Amino acid sequence: MTVLPQPLLAARMLGLFALIGIGLVSLFFYATDHRISQNQHKELLLSLKTVLADTEYDNDPTEDIMQVNDIRLGTSDAVTLYRARIDGKIVATVIAATAPDGYNGNIKLLIAILADGQLAGVRVVAHKETPGLGDDIEASRSHWILSFNGKSLGQPAEKQWAVKRDGGDFDQFTGATITPRAVVKAVKNSLHYFAENKSLILYDTP
Amino acid sequence: MIPAEYTKIIKDGLWHNNQAVVALLGLCPLLAVSNTLINSLGLGLATTMTLVCSNGIVARIRHWVSAEIRLPIFVLVIACVVTAIELVMNAWFYDLYKVLGIFIPLIVTNCAIIGRAEAYASKNSVDKALLDGLAMGLGFTLALVLLGGMRELIGYGTLFAHADLMFGEAAKNWQLNVLDDYDGVLLAILPPGAFLGLGLLIALKNVISSRFG
Repeated sequence: MTVLPQPLLAARMLGLFALIGIGLVSLFFYATDHRISQNQHKELLLSLKTVLADTEYDNDPTEDIMQVNDIRLGTSDAVTLYRARIDGKIVATVIAATAPDGYNGNIKLLIAILADGQLAGVRVVAHKETPGLGDDIEASRSHWILSFNGKSLGQPAEKQWAVKRDGGDFDQFTGATITPRAVVKAVKNSLHYFAENKSLILYDTP
Repeated sequence: MIPAEYTKIIKDGLWHNNQAVVALLGLCPLLAVSNTLINSLGLGLATTMTLVCSNGIVARIRHWVSAEIRLPIFVLVIACVVTAIELVMNAWFYDLYKVLGIFIPLIVTNCAIIGRAEAYASKNSVDKALLDGLAMGLGFTLALVLLGGMRELIGYGTLFAHADLMFGEAAKNWQLNVLDDYDGVLLAILPPGAFLGLGLLIALKNVISSRFG
């Protein structure tokens, strides 16, 4: 039997441990994979249900999606639209838009728009705004985000789609104007996008 | 009767060599996540779990690993343990996982863990290494929880907010509103508050040590 030189022995040992490690991690991955994707699905379903508020629908919107590309939705990546239907007819569309100009980077939103262009609701999914100042956009911290409910293009008028400091209809927060301004702008842009692509979005069959 | 060396391990971990306030290791997660008591507890327990597993495995394999490759192997062991814990948390404590987010995988970079593997577990038997991991982990958790509790109390005026993330629906009403009609002190929640709080905690520990030590 030939004795391997020291570095090769060490390398073999390291390789062996790496293999065992990969094996164990894969085992854990397969044991948890199903539950993790279930969790994520449940989470998405729940947040869609929350943002759709009182809107009734009978399908699973997480399964009824459409990918679109439009810079007005705040990102150059594909944006997912979830459709809520009754008897196959689309009653509301949820746009997973982004407000790219938050105080601290992207604010991820879910914007639910009814077929007639009225907002059913808006929710913040993820953000990095200042705690205690900008995070009042979260539904759990203040009711601000609910002020979008029932609004649409023209209601208020185009010029009023801004925070009060910019002469608009929406409140800002003490010490934080940039955050609500970014959200208002993102919602307005999404409404414009929806209005222009309405026929494309609403008459798409599942 | 607990053997003297076991009591020494426990005392070192919780007090004399507390990883957070004496060794000053693992400060990145400590400072970043300690804005509420529950977040602190979650990260503390995940870190403890990692320490116990990695210490145990390192002590078990220490005779098979030659000196020159021990560090990469320890890193490998810790990375595997943390990945496994991350997957388990993602599957069974999804809400807490979302809050702690990036800091779970970052446990890998907590120097306290490789520190204990190298300084203790690689030179001692499995049972002592396990106990050392547990004691060091609980010491770290204790510091985290104190800091988290302090920042939550000053910052939001509450304690045990969002306990349901960890203990399920039943814990929804655990939140203590210690100070009513309290506007909160933003500084305590922001990163500087973590540094100030940790400084106070270290000072407190030193005062107690010099009085009674």
